[in-house]
Amino acid sequence: MVKEIERAGIPVVHMCTVTPISVTVGANRIIPTIAIPHPLGNPSLPPDEEYALRKRLVTDALHALASHVEDQTVFEGTGSSV
Amino acid sequence: MSYRVVHYINQFFANIGGEEMAHAAPELREGVVGPGMALQQAWNGEAEIVKTVVCGDSYFAENEKAAKAQILEWVKAEMPDMFIAGPAFNAGRYGYACANIALAVQEELGIPTLTGMYEENPGADLRNKVLIVSTSNSAAGMRKAAPAMAALALKLMKGEEIGPSVAEGYMPNGVRKNFFEKERGSKRAVRMLLNKLNGKPFATEFPMPSFDRVEPCHAVEDMSRATIALCTSGGIVPKGNPDHIESSSASRYGEYSISGVDRLTEDAYETAHGGYDPIYANKDPNRVLPVDVLRELEREGKIGKLHEVFYSTVGNGTSVAASKAYAAEYAEKLKNAGVDAVIMTST
Repeated sequence: MVKEIERAGIPVVHMCTVTPISVTVGANRIIPTIAIPHPLGNPSLPPDEEYALRKRLVTDALHALASHVEDQTVFEGTGSSV
Repeated sequence: MSYRVVHYINQFFANIGGEEMAHAAPELREGVVGPGMALQQAWNGEAEIVKTVVCGDSYFAENEKAAKAQILEWVKAEMPDMFIAGPAFNAGRYGYACANIALAVQEELGIPTLTGMYEENPGADLRNKVLIVSTSNSAAGMRKAAPAMAALALKLMKGEEIGPSVAEGYMPNGVRKNFFEKERGSKRAVRMLLNKLNGKPFATEFPMPSFDRVEPCHAVEDMSRATIALCTSGGIVPKGNPDHIESSSASRYGEYSISGVDRLTEDAYETAHGGYDPIYANKDPNRVLPVDVLRELEREGKIGKLHEVFYSTVGNGTSVAASKAYAAEYAEKLKNAGVDAVIMTST
């Protein structure tokens, strides 16, 4: 699905836990996430910490979208802001 | 004396449970469990499964190092003549686990290995490194897969020469052997062409590799003005699943408005996905589709705006061709709506 979106000319970032699968299918911007049933959360954290974690991951995703890439890139948690 | 085999299966085939048990850590069982019965029957006393390793699919995917280390230790203690994993059919994480554990056993312990799965399974990416029998895309194909795997495994254990992939049923692994065909190439090529022209079936002798890669798109220049859309294969839908998106092998995708929605609540949204434990996503759907965070980033001016609709389908067992078609269709809609970038989440 990411490839079809990219083929249409829209930059896309794939947020997923099993990143080797994402590389195999051909995503170009990839953000590793927490776990298969809760990629953008961690139920064992208190709600505010869980939210902060999610915000960090999404911020990483925006950073990936704002980054120029030549090739398939797995962005390891930068925690940077846009 | 019969050959000794260690077999690897997931929590589902071990009858422990479905997705709710996919986190199960590896365990070692005596003798044969589940699908191993079919293999053992086909061997007719010439080989037997001495131990079965059972491991949850999510556990393997999320703790690959630890799972491999534990399983290698067990296999090493047993030193079997053969290690067999699966078959995994079209189960993505299971296929990934089967191919990777087989590769580890082969490389670390020097024991011959074999696995089986559907050709589109992501695990089949390792076909040039581990021997993978090609199976159908669902467990209904077990009756065909088990004898094929058993026969090939027995040949490997006996040290017999393995024939070409078309004859033995494994996926082409990039190994070429020279041999003389009965008929010369020009004759075979003309016959193929005639068959093709007459609409009759023909089989190419050299399938072209498909390198379906898309060049990365340009970076978003000004995020503070960009419209960002959310899409997911994690099956997030409005409560009650109004479009009846199937929990597996989805035949459609959904388009849902989130205009005015500040966060996804458990009263209004849920997941339709049948391929992972839904408890966490149902309790807080933002864990799969982060609407709450994007709304805040919108308020903070970090992004221009969150697109007013999201697109969702269930990635579980859904074929590559179907997924391509859904995304190609909604990508056009996103484009026409002036969306600048997409965040796709997967479970």
